[in-house]
Amino acid sequence: MSVLEVRDVTKQFGKLVAVNGVSLAVEAGELRAIIGPNGAGKTTFFNLISGFFPPTAGTIVFDGKDITAIPEHRRVALGMARTFQVTEIFPELTVRENLRVPVEVAAGKRLSPWMSKADKAKAAARIEELMEMGGLGGKGDRLVGELSHGDQRATEIMMSIALKPRLLLLDEPTAGMGDQETYHITRLIRRLHREEKLTIVLIEHDMRVVFHLADRIMVLAEGAVLAEGTPAEIGSNELVQAAYLGKAA
Amino acid sequence: MNAALKDQQANAIVWALLLTMPWWMGAVGGYTELAIRVVVLGLAAMSLNFLLGFTGVLSFGHAAYFGLGAYGVGMTIKYLVASTPLGIVVGVATGALAAMIVGALIVKLRGVYFAMVTIAFGQVFFFIAFRWNEFTGGDDGLTGWKRQAIDLGFTKLDILGSDTLFYYFVLAVFAASVAVMAILIRSPFGRTLVAIRENERRARFLGIPVDQHIWISFVISCFFVSLAGTLYALLSNFTDPRALRWDQSGNFVIMAVLGGMRSFWGPLIGAAIFVVLQDWVSSHTENWMSVIGVFFMLIVLFFPRGVLGMLRRRATA
Repeated sequence: MSVLEVRDVTKQFGKLVAVNGVSLAVEAGELRAIIGPNGAGKTTFFNLISGFFPPTAGTIVFDGKDITAIPEHRRVALGMARTFQVTEIFPELTVRENLRVPVEVAAGKRLSPWMSKADKAKAAARIEELMEMGGLGGKGDRLVGELSHGDQRATEIMMSIALKPRLLLLDEPTAGMGDQETYHITRLIRRLHREEKLTIVLIEHDMRVVFHLADRIMVLAEGAVLAEGTPAEIGSNELVQAAYLGKAA
Repeated sequence: MNAALKDQQANAIVWALLLTMPWWMGAVGGYTELAIRVVVLGLAAMSLNFLLGFTGVLSFGHAAYFGLGAYGVGMTIKYLVASTPLGIVVGVATGALAAMIVGALIVKLRGVYFAMVTIAFGQVFFFIAFRWNEFTGGDDGLTGWKRQAIDLGFTKLDILGSDTLFYYFVLAVFAASVAVMAILIRSPFGRTLVAIRENERRARFLGIPVDQHIWISFVISCFFVSLAGTLYALLSNFTDPRALRWDQSGNFVIMAVLGGMRSFWGPLIGAAIFVVLQDWVSSHTENWMSVIGVFFMLIVLFFPRGVLGMLRRRATA
C-alpha cells in the first residue's frame, strides 16, 4: 500500500499556477527524489503535502487517510515529518534541548506539567541515541546556532526522526554544503533509509546525491510532472536531459 | 561555573532577601508597604514574563486582568462576603475567565497585532470600571472595604492590623505562584513554549498545536497577574480604574524588560527597581516617570538582556 498518495493536486497563487495537477504515489520503504529546475514548484508541492497551505484542488491521502484539509501539526501527529530548505531549528538552544522537544512530543507529553524519573531517563536515553545516529555525539551541550551548517542540518533531520515518522520529507538537505558535509548528510539519509527502513521523499539539486540515494525519481517542470522512473530511466530520458540535466551539466 | 549550581545560588540569595525584607527595608530608608509593593508587582511582572519571556508573546493588556483581580476581591468583600480568601478566589476566577475568552478570540494573531488587540481589550475593561459608577465607584475608585483577618480555625491571621504579617501572607502567595510557574517552565509543556518562542514554524512542524499552547500560556499568565491584582487591592484597601489602564500594562512590560525577560527572576528585579525608583524620585519631583523612562532607555540600549542579564555577563566574563 502507498504511504503517500497525492492525486491531481493543483496550487494557484492568484494567476500563477505553481503546481498543476501533480500526482504521486510513494510506497512504504521507498526513497523518492523530486528534481526539477528552479521555479518548477518542488517546494510548493512539499508545502502542500506537509500542510503548510491547502491545495486549490486535488486530494492528499496519507496512510489511507484523506489529510487534504487537516492542519500541519495533526499531520505530524499522524507520522509525517519534514525539514526545510533553510534549516529550521532552535538556534539559541543546545543540541540536546533541540532534540528534547520532539522526543517529548512523540512520547505524548506536550501538555504535561511534569515527568516521572523513569520517563525522564527514557527521554534522555532516546536523545543520546538520536545524537549518536546523527553524528552529533559529544555536541549535546553546544548551542545549535554555533554549529557548522552540516551539523545544524543533521540536528534538524534528527529532530524529525525523533518524532518516529512514517514519512520523512527533506527539502534540499544538502543545499549550500561543501563536499565533506554533503557526504556526511548523504550517508545519514542513506542509513535512515536502509537501516531504519524509513520512507523518504526528498527534493535535491545535487545530482550525485539524487542518483546515489533515490529508488525512484520524479521530475517537475513548470509545475507539472515531466517524467517519472528509476534513476536509470530518468538518466536516459531525453526530455529530462533537454529540460534539466542538460542545462545543469 | 556549573549552571545548575549558579541557579541554586541565585534562588538562595533571592529567597534570603525576600524572607528578611521587613527587617532591613527600614534600615535602607524603605517601609513595609514598599516591600509589599515590590513583591506584588514582582509577581505581576513575572506572570507577564511567563508569556513574554518564555513563550515569546507580547501582551500590552495585562493590566486588564490585574484590575479584574483587584475589583473582584474588592467587590466581593464590599458587596458579598467579608472574606479575604473568598475575595481572592473570585478575583482570580474573574480574571482567568476573562483571559480564557479574550485569549480564544486573539490567539491566532502574532507580534504587534496581538499586542495591539490586547491593549484594545484592556481598554474595554478600563472603560467599564470607569463608567459603571454606582457599582465600581467610577473614577474615584472602589472604597469602603478593607482586607479581612484570615481565620485558619486554630488561629486568626490579623493581616489588617499587622503590615508585617500581611507582608508574609503576600510572600507566601508569591512563593506558591512562582513555584508553580518555575515547575511549568521546566516541564515538557514549558519546553514547547520555549520552542514556540525560538522558532514557531519548527514548533508547528514538530506537531505542536501552537495556537492552543499560546492560549494556555496566556491564561496561566493572566491567572497569576489577576492574583497579583487581588493582592495589590488588598494592600491599599482600594482600587481604581488606573489598575487596569494601558499604562499599567506598559509598566509591567517595562519591569520585565528592565530586569531581564530571559531570566526567571529578572522581572522581580525590574519591579524592585521600578517601585523603589518611583517611590524615591516621586518624593523629589512629579515627573518621576521621565526618570524611569530615561533609565529604561539606557538599559534597553546598552543592556538588552536587562539588569540581570548585565550582571550575569559580568559574572561569566
